[in-house]
Amino acid sequence: MPGVLTALHDSLGATIFYFVLSPALKIAILLILVLTLIAYTTFAERKILGFLQVRTGPNRVGPWGVLQPLADVAKLLVKQDIIPDRAVRWVFVIAPCLVVGPALVIFSVIPFGPSAELSGAFNWFITDVNVGLLFVVAMATVGVYGIILGGWASNNKFSLLGGLRSAAQMISYEVPQGFALVVPLLMAGTLSLTGIVDAQFDQGRWFVFGFFPFGLLAFFIYFVAGVAESNRNPFDLPEAESELVAGFHTEYSGMRFALFFLGEYANMIVISAVAVTLFLGGWHRPFANVEALSFLDLGFLPGGMSSFVWFTLKLLCFLFVYIWFRGTFPRYRFDQLMDLGWKWMIPASLIAVSGTALVKILLA
Amino acid sequence: MSESENGKPDTGATPEAPKPGTEEVEPTSAEPASDSEEAKAAAAARAKAEAAAKRAAAEAAKPAWEKDPVTPEWQEADQDPLVQALRGTHAEALQSSRLFAGDLVVEVAREEIRNVCRTLKEAQGFTLLVDLLGAHFPEREEDPFEVVYILYSLDANRRVRLKVRTAEDVDVPSVTPVFAGANWPEREAYDMYGIRFEQHPDMTRILLWEGFNGYPLRKDFPVEGIDTGAAIYPEFYGETAGPVAGTGTGWRPPEPPADEESESASAETAGDEA
Amino acid sequence: MTDHEPDSNPQPETLFGVEEMELNFGPQHPATHGVLRLKLTIDGERINDCYPIIGYLHRGTEKLFELHPFFQNVPHTDRMDYVAAATNNLAYVGAVEKLLGMTVPPRARYIRTLLSELQRISSHLLWLATHAIDIGAMTPFFYTFREREQILDMFEEYCGARLTLNCMRPGGQPFDLPVGWVEKVGAFNEAFPEKVDEYEGLLTENRIWKKRTVGIGILPPEVALDYGVTGPMLRGSGIQWDIRKAMPYEAYDEVDFDVPVSYNCDTYDRYLVRMEEMRQSVRIIRQCLEKLPDGPIMAKRPRVLKGPKDSDVYHSVEGPKGEIGFYIVGDGTPNPYRCRVRPPSFYNIEVLPEMVRGGLIADLIAVIGTTDIVLGEVDR
Repeated sequence: MPGVLTALHDSLGATIFYFVLSPALKIAILLILVLTLIAYTTFAERKILGFLQVRTGPNRVGPWGVLQPLADVAKLLVKQDIIPDRAVRWVFVIAPCLVVGPALVIFSVIPFGPSAELSGAFNWFITDVNVGLLFVVAMATVGVYGIILGGWASNNKFSLLGGLRSAAQMISYEVPQGFALVVPLLMAGTLSLTGIVDAQFDQGRWFVFGFFPFGLLAFFIYFVAGVAESNRNPFDLPEAESELVAGFHTEYSGMRFALFFLGEYANMIVISAVAVTLFLGGWHRPFANVEALSFLDLGFLPGGMSSFVWFTLKLLCFLFVYIWFRGTFPRYRFDQLMDLGWKWMIPASLIAVSGTALVKILLA
Repeated sequence: MSESENGKPDTGATPEAPKPGTEEVEPTSAEPASDSEEAKAAAAARAKAEAAAKRAAAEAAKPAWEKDPVTPEWQEADQDPLVQALRGTHAEALQSSRLFAGDLVVEVAREEIRNVCRTLKEAQGFTLLVDLLGAHFPEREEDPFEVVYILYSLDANRRVRLKVRTAEDVDVPSVTPVFAGANWPEREAYDMYGIRFEQHPDMTRILLWEGFNGYPLRKDFPVEGIDTGAAIYPEFYGETAGPVAGTGTGWRPPEPPADEESESASAETAGDEA
Repeated sequence: MTDHEPDSNPQPETLFGVEEMELNFGPQHPATHGVLRLKLTIDGERINDCYPIIGYLHRGTEKLFELHPFFQNVPHTDRMDYVAAATNNLAYVGAVEKLLGMTVPPRARYIRTLLSELQRISSHLLWLATHAIDIGAMTPFFYTFREREQILDMFEEYCGARLTLNCMRPGGQPFDLPVGWVEKVGAFNEAFPEKVDEYEGLLTENRIWKKRTVGIGILPPEVALDYGVTGPMLRGSGIQWDIRKAMPYEAYDEVDFDVPVSYNCDTYDRYLVRMEEMRQSVRIIRQCLEKLPDGPIMAKRPRVLKGPKDSDVYHSVEGPKGEIGFYIVGDGTPNPYRCRVRPPSFYNIEVLPEMVRGGLIADLIAVIGTTDIVLGEVDR
């Protein structure tokens, strides 16, 4: 493998290699992996919900139903594409893309493993923006557009209501989420995501346990706000089937609906990935500084794969918790949801931030 | 299923039930063996009478479900305290009061029904409106329609039935000012029978759609239904076209207007399309 | 023609000229439990008015009753409240028996009580499933249907049908209990209370559930009585009235049970009342199984049941949704002259606008769930 890369490097020149080919390859691989993960998250959700509800999930397509996502994708692709008569066509078409795009873009700054210096081969991330955290927050905000526009462009009162509700909910929960993200920023001293991961290694503990209890509080607030951001149960009123039929994506069918669906799960995965990176030590194994547990390094895996595997394991835990929530809780009413966000989570996140800052000053 | 469980055979032809007085019909004869045939006949008759009495006793001792059902009868209810209380305030409104199978049924004059209901609700404690329904008795020449109100008192644990008779196009005062829940049942009575209620807040059909012609629960409304196409949308369906209930004719498109120009025009376009 | 409808888009007197929106909720909607149409006038999320429009499931049952003899009408009664067919049957045959003066043997009375209580449990399980899933908790649906399947299997063993039971006749029962049925019911009955604990564990102390149901859908008792509301809706408003206690029928005066009541008049209370009713039903079933007498199951009756001329009766029973009653007019022929059903859901839905006015759309969903309506009964 390295021989091929060196050959390409020499033939194409450093600029094209480092700025075009390498990112393109990484993006392609990452996209394939992420889309597969999204598809299999839907499958895992159906299976796990089934077990929670005393039934088996899908088990017909393939052994234990593992080919179900492929069947779903095929179905959605061949469905008739319906655009309501008086819908605003171009907005209707663009809306799902505005949901999926930003969610996937955030993956470009998340580190899945060490940088080239540490791993010796290549960077285990697509890019290392030095304001990575700000980039994440900004892209998450752009995702709200797609939902409002989708709800409005459908020319349907139910969709409009769903879209407005969803927009209000997402904007409200971005505030405590943003504040909660300041806490690891303060602990690490840098906005760069790779820097934050390295800081956790340097400081010898994950930020979720840092400056107890503020790290834990910030982690908790970030995750709950994340559940609200991705319109998942118990905050899934905007797309509640029993209330507004399907909320903002009532009128969408076929591949467009698949894109909304994709966007929701992509959001879930992105929020989990960011939580892992900022609070759970990113791609480091547990107790990364303890030599005695170096068997956890999974050295039998080639290259830097062990860091990727650890990252994924932590990610999967979060996804399981998302699905667990869905199987357990009823959903909050909209005004109660807003209440929770504005009256409880924002003060709590402010406490977390100020507490962290205070502790940092005292320690310095 | 009509056999009793205590093993007693079911006698096919029940002998005439001996009257209670006949049990002691047979005096023990003073001279027991003077005339052997007479004595034998007397003994046989005594035995038969005793057997018949035993059967009657067994029959009476049978539990109620093994005897023929006893149809309830109408009884006068003038002694009932509720009727007397109502007579105090609405003497001329009460037309009759009877009991049937334990239920008190009071017939009330049509104009007074709201006042009677109000008295029952406020003074007598009949606070729960159980039901309100209409009925149609075409064999009564005058006032063939009837509205029945069933009220219940929680404290007295008692139901009372009020009946009001009315004729076609004669409105009954609505009791919605007294019981707000009478709104929908009165609409249903209107929908099904055509009985209108005065001062009802919303006198429209409730179960059937607006534009339906006819009152289905009347006895002269056919069970198979009526023509609902032309009856509602005459300008669309024409005289006799449209869905006719029970015949499965289905929808037919309206006939195009039959003039020369349009016929030739349609023939041209038909030719072009073909 | 449409002068009864609330004025479409009226212009209220406000500074900013806010318009109200008219929203049609149903008849096809996942949450309306059937074909119920609500015309909502909303201001953002707040409901200013609600006008229910029913009749989408009207099948002319009352006209059909007049066509058939008394015993042939029993299947018609199944199909009104199709979720709780046994209590419908019971109300009808009870009314016919009252009209004709029939007495029912004790074994049949106990079997009828058993079936009614099993039906009450089954209906409340369905209510819980749909109520929870409307509010967002998907899991109780699957747990309750697991138990409901067992009950439906027991019904199927008894009378051959799971849903439209047709399991009673005027004068008694058509079939006796199959071999082993009593043991099966007993086993289910013993295992059921801890299943109810399971459902309660998921919902009763759940703070999200409480936030969605406490204080929602307030129904003051005077309004409830005025509108003719009965059943758990009335008992959740503080009026402890149950026909099984007030005017006992079948074997209810020979078994011991309590009637739950709650005083806060909101959705959470009605939820608690129904959960407790399920436990009381377990109690009744246990006593019925212990006390089940032997004997005939059908009274002696004439071959053709003819209603006496010029007679009418009203008889009602406590169904899972409220008081279900039959008003039958007899005219000397084998068919009823007029047979009117007093449907509990009809009156419960009539009071819906009072309960939702001023609330949010999300509360409307919770209130429709707590009203526990079945459109087959509302529309007949």
